[in-house]
Amino acid sequence: MSSNLEDLYREVILDHYRSPRNRGELEVPPATKTDGFNPLCGDEVTVYLQVDPETDTIVDIKIQGQGCSISQASTSMMSAAVKGQSVDEARKLIRAFKALMSIHEHKLEGESDGSDLASDLEGVRLGDLEALQGVVKFPVRIKCATLSWNTLAQGLDERG
Amino acid sequence: MSSLDVERIRGDFPALQRVVNGRPVVFLDSAASAQKPESVLRAMDDIYRGSYANVHRGVYQMAEEATAAFENGRAKVASFIGAPSRDELIFVRNATEAINLVAYSWGRANLRAGDVVVVSHMEHHANVVPWQMLAAERGIELRWLPVTDDFRLDLTNLEATLDGARLLAITAMSNVLGTINDIRPLADAAHAHDALVLVDACQYVPHLRTDVAAWDADFVAFSAHKMLGPSGIGALWARRELLEAMPPFLGGGEMIRDVRLDGFTTNDLPWKFEAGTPAIVEAVGWGAAIDYLEALGMDAVRDHEERLTRYALDALTDRFPQINIYGPQDVSVRGGAISFLFDDIHAHDISQVLDQHAVCVRAGHHCAKPLMRQLGVPATSRASFYIYNTEAEVDALVVALAEAETFFKV
Ligand SMILES: Cc1ncc(COP(=O)(O)O)c(C=O)c1O
Repeated sequence: MSSNLEDLYREVILDHYRSPRNRGELEVPPATKTDGFNPLCGDEVTVYLQVDPETDTIVDIKIQGQGCSISQASTSMMSAAVKGQSVDEARKLIRAFKALMSIHEHKLEGESDGSDLASDLEGVRLGDLEALQGVVKFPVRIKCATLSWNTLAQGLDERG
Repeated sequence: MSSLDVERIRGDFPALQRVVNGRPVVFLDSAASAQKPESVLRAMDDIYRGSYANVHRGVYQMAEEATAAFENGRAKVASFIGAPSRDELIFVRNATEAINLVAYSWGRANLRAGDVVVVSHMEHHANVVPWQMLAAERGIELRWLPVTDDFRLDLTNLEATLDGARLLAITAMSNVLGTINDIRPLADAAHAHDALVLVDACQYVPHLRTDVAAWDADFVAFSAHKMLGPSGIGALWARRELLEAMPPFLGGGEMIRDVRLDGFTTNDLPWKFEAGTPAIVEAVGWGAAIDYLEALGMDAVRDHEERLTRYALDALTDRFPQINIYGPQDVSVRGGAISFLFDDIHAHDISQVLDQHAVCVRAGHHCAKPLMRQLGVPATSRASFYIYNTEAEVDALVVALAEAETFFKV
């Protein structure tokens, strides 16, 4: 296995891929359900969210859908990272993760020095999620990694 | 023994000499688009360097040369598919545009609310969405021919499905399953119901001798880029009476006979449907691609691909008993596009590992989402073959797949 691939498929990614966290469904309502599609490859993900309106906290999250190891692992890590967090913290995490995925691209395109993105990353602990950084070297796979995050963001926006 | 001298053929393709990730490229994605031989590149280069000018109406030598070369390209394409006349061969951008031309021009002139168009579950989006657009706009009804468990067209309810239909729009070869559909009996059945027949021949023309008259088809769509020709050009062939009765598609230069303040009259066929400056150089390149294929002989091309497909199906199922192959096992009813999937490994992950081995296959829904839903999978990997592929390349695919399998083993 070449070092390139090992960069992409870190052990923690394969672990989340093989034993994904928070798989399942929640009853709608009270939970909300949001579908995400990756039109490039046909992958689909469904995010069930249960937010406590009193505390604005994500008390439960469940995931369904199919996808490649990158999308599955990213989804699993996301669910573990936002469960128990406030909606605000979850949004910060979404911004930070998307910054992690795009910083490299922006640098390549010479659009910016990435400083705006860097501020999104500041003070946010990504933990395991940093293992997904290798994805940026494989531009077509970035969409795999961000699918569930976009779906989560949509779910949070649509809560009304 | 192959019926083609593949080593010599490979030498004609500059792109096949490439090295990727330190290994010679193994190009198994010709169903998406084929590589181009030197002769096609040279023919296009020669026109640009020596005889380039806009076509038609130029009264000087270079314009006459360019026009002759362009129209010569058309004649080659028309004769390659057995078209009775080159006037029935309309140049468009690609097969997708050809089908849209029919939906837009013939469809809007002839179809009313409630009229039925029959398609199949194995169609490419190019032969689905234009009809869905007409359904949304005009209220036409779409009916679907299903696919059997052994990946063939399910004709059990053919008669009932065609009842009252105005058009059967069907692929001659599936880009996912490889399945070849026997067009003539389908055309006979459709015509018995007074329906016309549109054939999506995008995957067929590059690989098998094509005779649109023997099919008794009414419309046939295909692209140059899948048959060694350049991207940016494709063709619609249709019967003359149909083309003459159809209103024009795009309006502008070239497609008119006369324009006055109060209106216009259309040009003769085929130019009636070719508004604006056409893909001049691409038509010449396409002609050169056809010369290349005809020098090999389409029977030899088919024979080579049938053998290689047999070899690949056997190699894959022998080495990986658990592999799912979506397509017929009988190579006499299929082409060289092989879709496959391992139960627990996503097609994207397979492709990523294969890329490290410089093995190029496609992963995804292959623009056939209705079919993928029927198959119950989000995506497959697809290896596809052409005249320049070898058994050694199939072996390289197998080695790379074995590594992917080990890596992702649950
Ligand atoms: C069966 C089939 N139909 C239509 C198309 C569309 O061809 P194009 O993209 O050249 O318009 C393709 C190409 O993938 C195809 O395989």
